[in-house]
Amino acid sequence: MASTETTPVPDAGSVEAGLDALETTATGRPPLRETLVDKILPPVAAIAVVLVVWYILYPVVDDPSKLPSPGAVGSAFRDAWLRGELLGYIWTSVSRGLLGFAFALVIGTPLGLLVARVKFVRAAIGPILSGLQSLPSVAWVPPAVIWLGLNNSMMYAVILLGAVPSIANGLVSGVDQVPPLFLRAGRTMGATGAKGVWYVTLPASLPGYVAGLKQGWAFSWRSLMAAEIIAQFPDLGVGLGQLLENGRTASDMAMVFEAILLILFVGIAIDLLIFSPLERWVLRSRGLLVKS
Amino acid sequence: MATTLAKADESVEFAARLEHVSKSFATPGGQQLVLDDISIDVAPGEFVTLLGASGCGKSTLLNLVAGLDRPSAGSITTDGRPALMFQEHALFPWLTAGKNIELALKLRGVPKPERRGKAEELLELVRLKGAYGKRVHELSGGMRQRVAMARALAQESNMLLMDEPFAALDAITRDVLHDELTRIWAETGLSVLFVTHNVREAVRLAQRVVLLSSRPGRIAREWRVDLPQPRRIEDAPVAELSLEITDVLRGEIRRHGQH
Repeated sequence: MASTETTPVPDAGSVEAGLDALETTATGRPPLRETLVDKILPPVAAIAVVLVVWYILYPVVDDPSKLPSPGAVGSAFRDAWLRGELLGYIWTSVSRGLLGFAFALVIGTPLGLLVARVKFVRAAIGPILSGLQSLPSVAWVPPAVIWLGLNNSMMYAVILLGAVPSIANGLVSGVDQVPPLFLRAGRTMGATGAKGVWYVTLPASLPGYVAGLKQGWAFSWRSLMAAEIIAQFPDLGVGLGQLLENGRTASDMAMVFEAILLILFVGIAIDLLIFSPLERWVLRSRGLLVKS
Repeated sequence: MATTLAKADESVEFAARLEHVSKSFATPGGQQLVLDDISIDVAPGEFVTLLGASGCGKSTLLNLVAGLDRPSAGSITTDGRPALMFQEHALFPWLTAGKNIELALKLRGVPKPERRGKAEELLELVRLKGAYGKRVHELSGGMRQRVAMARALAQESNMLLMDEPFAALDAITRDVLHDELTRIWAETGLSVLFVTHNVREAVRLAQRVVLLSSRPGRIAREWRVDLPQPRRIEDAPVAELSLEITDVLRGEIRRHGQH
């Protein structure tokens, strides 16, 4: 065409800049109002519905030893707060749970890596490790009491047996899902052996690992509650599990409800404050979190 | 633009030398020969495309040259470890564009204070100034391949192996990246071994086109492309040579339907 002589041919760079601008979309956080309506409102509404049903059912059942009134449970909370014991119950259990979980992390992570990377170890204990996940950790309480006695180490042992398989299995499935392409790319750059594990395999397996941590926490918390309910001993201090058991022996249904609600809320709170943000951060930074 | 990446070593007369390379894989039906007696020399600074239909073992050959696999027979000599680019960008999604490049620098032993500057320099070379802090998923397909190219260049190999790197891109982007690759090749003096099944792409880019036959992969023919760069994929001489090569390629493929 003759026009090429009169108009200068644009160089590749400017075309490229145009393509880049056309093909990238800006991503950002949703506005506060949207978060409020989409994320906060639905659970609040669900809680309100439960409370309404409770108020309606209470006079129908008409037996405070079976179903306490919402007011009675509320005052059980208030009394514990005023006596300054409420935070103590929570702290006793949460500190145990988190410390136990930290131990589980220290043991489960190298164990998972070993199972994922060493064929012999995988064949030897891989199936046992997945099997242990389906064993309710309550089953570990009697042997732990016999081996370790009624003390905090017994609690930690039960937490470990509950959480370690989840954490290790999470890491194993994370490592299994690392795309082979990443490993090839890493090897051509010189990331072989331990460097390959550190710079490619571990970061690539993070989503699976974090999912394992999340499940590991849920199992830790459950195991701990089972241990606290079963193992009663004055020196152990009163955690949420003991509170529940105390309520039962005193036939104080309001206290039982208080303990159950606390166990539920603390478990949810730890998940919402620590594990869910961690998981979202990992997924979002990789573009794996699809916004609906 | 002056670049620190150029590395012309006069003492070496080839960037890669493949001598009678064969590769077979064990399959349930016995040994399957994938590559048969391949001999190619790539001169320093030369741009060679390997062209072939499916089943010619192009990717296997690149893996061998990259050192990811060993040949069953024959020998491969390269001047240092070549960098490899894939059809998928293979960038690590847990790192930003800049940090992906810095990882390659780190693994090569570049000290920390120098990495950031080098990474920015490489991003500028692929015209992605300002993309340092971008996550991989925030980049378009063409931008990702350019970051991957910058990461490959960060290895400062004398040779760049490319495994159909533009096959998954749209035509416009691919066209622009051809121009970019030609420019970067000219600026850096790298040797390039570029695998593709796109005849026009091969002719557009290369100084030499090597056609592989399929099952097993053998060298069928070679063409020198003595056209001046930068070329365009629409140029008449490019089209003419592409037609000639396509005819030979079709002939090679046709043989497989006859028995």
